[in-house]
Amino acid sequence: MGDTAKKSKPFKYDKWIPYLFILPSTLIIVAFLFYPIGTVFYYSFQNYDISAPFYNSFAGFDNFIKIFTEDEQFFPSLWTSVKWVVSQVGLQLIFGLIFALLLNQTFKLRGLVRAIAFIPWAISGVLASVMWALLYNEHMGVFNDLLMKLGIIDEPKAFLASTSSAFISVVIAELWRGIPFFAITLLASLQSIPGELYEAAAGDGANKLRQFFHITLPHLKNTIVLTTLLRTVWEFNNVDLIFNLTGGGPAQSTTTLTMYIANLAVYGSDFGYGSALTVISFGLLFIFAVLYLKLSRFERE
Amino acid sequence: MLNVKKRSNKILFFYLPLTLMLTWTIFPIYWTINTALKSEGDIMKRPLEYFPSAPTIENFVMAWNNVGFATFFKNSLVVGISTVLVVIVLSILSGYALSRYQFKGKRSFLLMLLSTQFIPRAMLIIPLFIIFKNLGLISHPLSLIITYTAVEIPFTTILMSGFISNIPKELEEAAAVDGCTKLQAIRYVLLPLALPGIVATGVFTFIYTWNEFLLALMLTNEQTRFTLPVGLSFMMGEFNVNYGALAAGSVIALVPAVILFAYAQKHLVSGMGGAVKG
Repeated sequence: MGDTAKKSKPFKYDKWIPYLFILPSTLIIVAFLFYPIGTVFYYSFQNYDISAPFYNSFAGFDNFIKIFTEDEQFFPSLWTSVKWVVSQVGLQLIFGLIFALLLNQTFKLRGLVRAIAFIPWAISGVLASVMWALLYNEHMGVFNDLLMKLGIIDEPKAFLASTSSAFISVVIAELWRGIPFFAITLLASLQSIPGELYEAAAGDGANKLRQFFHITLPHLKNTIVLTTLLRTVWEFNNVDLIFNLTGGGPAQSTTTLTMYIANLAVYGSDFGYGSALTVISFGLLFIFAVLYLKLSRFERE
Repeated sequence: MLNVKKRSNKILFFYLPLTLMLTWTIFPIYWTINTALKSEGDIMKRPLEYFPSAPTIENFVMAWNNVGFATFFKNSLVVGISTVLVVIVLSILSGYALSRYQFKGKRSFLLMLLSTQFIPRAMLIIPLFIIFKNLGLISHPLSLIITYTAVEIPFTTILMSGFISNIPKELEEAAAVDGCTKLQAIRYVLLPLALPGIVATGVFTFIYTWNEFLLALMLTNEQTRFTLPVGLSFMMGEFNVNYGALAAGSVIALVPAVILFAYAQKHLVSGMGGAVKG
């Protein structure tokens, strides 16, 4: 090593080059990620309505007080967010793990099967919404057709328009798109487990189930902690399917906190209030992330 | 006997779940294609046709010419390709700096990149709308190109620095001894070797821009500027949805993403694994 360091002397590493190289990326990140985040905090303390700019003024904590005391949508939407995130992350993890275990076996056409199983990862939320809207459709949907053939229901149902089925329908559609993310990351992690561990365990008479709980799961732990955390943040903020399948309805039954903010931002104009909601959701996620990493005793490799 | 049991076990615990998995994954895509190929009358027909009895491309013609998918497709392409080019150039530069230099502030730069991964994307819609409104860039492709670059660059920089680190530094030094300038050494020695990594980075960036919805919805007001996801969403929200054209438009949006994905998915498992592990 010391030898190559000496040899590389003639190649002049000018001091300013790395700064010049990171400058464009840094500028664009600061200007279009950090600065906007900063302004959200600023706007949350303002009366800021883009349809009535003359009334914009400092609001102090008014927006926040209104959220906690007057807003009838805030707590229900927060609860919907919790249900949404827990069901998504939990089920995606379980099925992602099953997918990964299956795809880690040796079989014919494994490469092709893997590629197919991962496809939904590359499909947009809007596209997935169209696909599942077609499947759920009251008049031409497959689910109604199959359920009626099986005699489970007597007449076609509008799954996305009923308060009893809308939420679970959107959850299932989002699962379709979300499972491959876990399958991909868990498969990558599975591939790094040395095969000798299993051979040794099998030699000691441990059956497949014991091998799974004593070798596979402990090995996957760090990946699971990190992916579930990233996914929680991601699903909390993800509204593509909710927005396009139900728009948050019927009767707000699918309005998560982020969906509530998105509706305010897209159809409303009170950006001060929307910003205050955004700041609260950021705070909640931040607290969650810190607690989660602490409680799960995440270890850096 | 033992063999029979082993085989039935394999069917029950392997082939059966594998078949269910593939059916679950493929069926929604199949159904969309099936719908797109049916005429308007056949879509509503009872009993439901699980296979188009009289396949037609009229929905595709309709979606492309009358509903505006030609425009949406072009807009998505412009935004996607421009973003990919900008992201690749910037992430090669910053990835190179990270991989080849020790400099003061390197740790802060890295920390900045990592912290962006925890910024909720939905947090950006209101402030970015205000920023681009003030710049007069609402409904202009530049607003999306800039936004997508900012969102993607932290991840692609880290990815790229990993790819560059895998290439021995001595090769560039040899080129320098032969009289190459720094940029020439990067251009003619490093980049050809880093090409597979660059292509994978480009593909993932393109798929992201091709699929992104909420920011595009917020930053675009005019229908002639809609990208594919916004166009599809707009069509879904109409009072009388033309399901055949909607399905055909979806297939049009689906094809490029799936082709690119099929090409780059081999890098996915190794790339994501590496990225997640840090």
